[in-house]
Amino acid sequence: MTAALAEKGTRARVPAHDTPAPPAAPRRRKRERAFDDVPRWQIYLPLALYLLFTLVPFYWMLLFAVRPAGSTSLVPWPVTFEHFEKVWNERSFGVFFQNSMLVGVATLVATTVVALAGGYALARFDFRIKNGFMLALLCSQFIPGALMLVPLFEIFRNLQMINSLGSVVIAETVFQLPLSIILISGFIKNVPVSLEEAAWVDGCTRFRAFRAVVLPLLRPGLIAVGSFAFVHSWNHFLFALMFLSEQDKQTIPVGLNTLIGADSVDLGALAAGGVIAAVPVVIVFAFIQKWLITGFSAGAVKG
Amino acid sequence: MAQAAAVAKQPRAGRRRTGAEPRRLPYLLIAPAGLLMLGFIAYPVLSVFYYSLQHYNVTKPWKNGYAGFENFTRIFTEDPLFWSTLGFSAKWVVVEVTLQLALGLVLALLVNQTFVGRGIARALVFSPWAVSGVLTTTIWMLLYNPSTGMSRYLADVGIGTYGTSVLSDTGTVFWAAVLAELWRGVPFFAILILADLQSIPKDLYEAASVDGASRLRQFFHITLPHLKDAIILSTLLRAVWEFNNVDLLYTLTGGGPAGVTTTLPLMIANTGIEGHDFGYASALTTVAFVILLFCSILYLRLSKFGGDR
Repeated sequence: MTAALAEKGTRARVPAHDTPAPPAAPRRRKRERAFDDVPRWQIYLPLALYLLFTLVPFYWMLLFAVRPAGSTSLVPWPVTFEHFEKVWNERSFGVFFQNSMLVGVATLVATTVVALAGGYALARFDFRIKNGFMLALLCSQFIPGALMLVPLFEIFRNLQMINSLGSVVIAETVFQLPLSIILISGFIKNVPVSLEEAAWVDGCTRFRAFRAVVLPLLRPGLIAVGSFAFVHSWNHFLFALMFLSEQDKQTIPVGLNTLIGADSVDLGALAAGGVIAAVPVVIVFAFIQKWLITGFSAGAVKG
Repeated sequence: MAQAAAVAKQPRAGRRRTGAEPRRLPYLLIAPAGLLMLGFIAYPVLSVFYYSLQHYNVTKPWKNGYAGFENFTRIFTEDPLFWSTLGFSAKWVVVEVTLQLALGLVLALLVNQTFVGRGIARALVFSPWAVSGVLTTTIWMLLYNPSTGMSRYLADVGIGTYGTSVLSDTGTVFWAAVLAELWRGVPFFAILILADLQSIPKDLYEAASVDGASRLRQFFHITLPHLKDAIILSTLLRAVWEFNNVDLLYTLTGGGPAGVTTTLPLMIANTGIEGHDFGYASALTTVAFVILLFCSILYLRLSKFGGDR
């Protein structure tokens, strides 16, 4: 009796300062279904704050790129493309874009092919220098490209490759290889050997069995590794800055650096150049984003 | 071994037209990667060690020659710049990695929940991962610009003052650079931690919540122990990367104002490439190697990487 009364008493008091009580009931039912259900606002509020931090800088760049010079409007309207035309033609971003694309695609292809061969060897064979090779791959992670600039410059000068895009492709590929090999050998280990053996029994050569059976299964992993290589070489700045001094050989990041370092910075042109630099990686990123996470976890599990 | 045996059993099928004995095949396969790494990583590393013991300066050829440990004694006893850049490097790495890890962990936990719009939210919060150091500089220079950047609009509504650039003030430049690097660095941790979060069996949480464990307890007793190795490895990789990376600071602050944001690699690049003093730059590089190696081993030891959970 008393307990029931007391309960009634609290019940009566509650609605006065706890108005969201009615909606709590369906939420509790939902929580029984999904045990890890978190109140929505605890997700959306911090996420919204973080999105603000992520997206405002992007918005700021877009704003400067499309609003007329001298404007202080915070809304990008009316849109003008004068900055893009100026950067693309007068500041040779058209040429830089082409060079960056060449370097990026060449690095992608070279890294993927060389790493595929090395990764296959590590995943499918036992050989004498295997452990030494693995150790070398891991150690090279600690070697900074920036500190190798001087000796690499000397090497490429001796090879007469200064001012050739090839020097940048080689340097980017080499520093991309160790991680790519480790990741790819992890992906190959995830493909059962029995699949390949079945193809051998059917009369396939090792190479054909690999191409027909293993390669299709590696697609998500290869996409992750390849786009990694592309994005890195597209973004990387120091090698191109040091090895390519002729203007018609330079890449987008070097072009951006020139705009940043100008005596009076043309903010509209700088922003437009930034947008041009961002577009390819954003497209690649949007495309691979899902594969990136699964690719990483697959590579990490058995890497 | 099993594969080699299988090939031997099927000589016609396995070896026909490959042209290579299976015994030699792995060596052929790693040859391209091995040769590239020998020529463009191992050889440069060795030449750095060699030049660190030489006087080698293109602008002063008459002094070139064997130097013994002179470059090293100069670093430790005569170069105050070395100690201040080393101090800044340490501060930079510790602050960046700590903040990136903390925010990346929270972000990964957030986007690992099930909610409407998760796919697009993931794509958006991860997007700065793909942005380069120079592009980060471009974007944040636009934000930090005193006359047209964020501070002007903040001053319009009464926050801060007009006309001060956070990048030219020795007191604010550090945090301005930290914020810019944070913006693009957090997604790295978020992506790696999210990948690892997805490998935690769901029934662990189910069992814990049946037993009445709060979400906080679940986090400390299930999530964190499971993430331990991933966190140790990613913080180490990131710390090495932040130590070595020069793109952002080189373009955003150029090591200034007054040298307060010069990291060790930036100092090496300046000495070697602008100062043409290859010998001294090589000695600095060698010192940086040793410091990195020592700190990495110490970190792995102290964190008991791969040990029992």
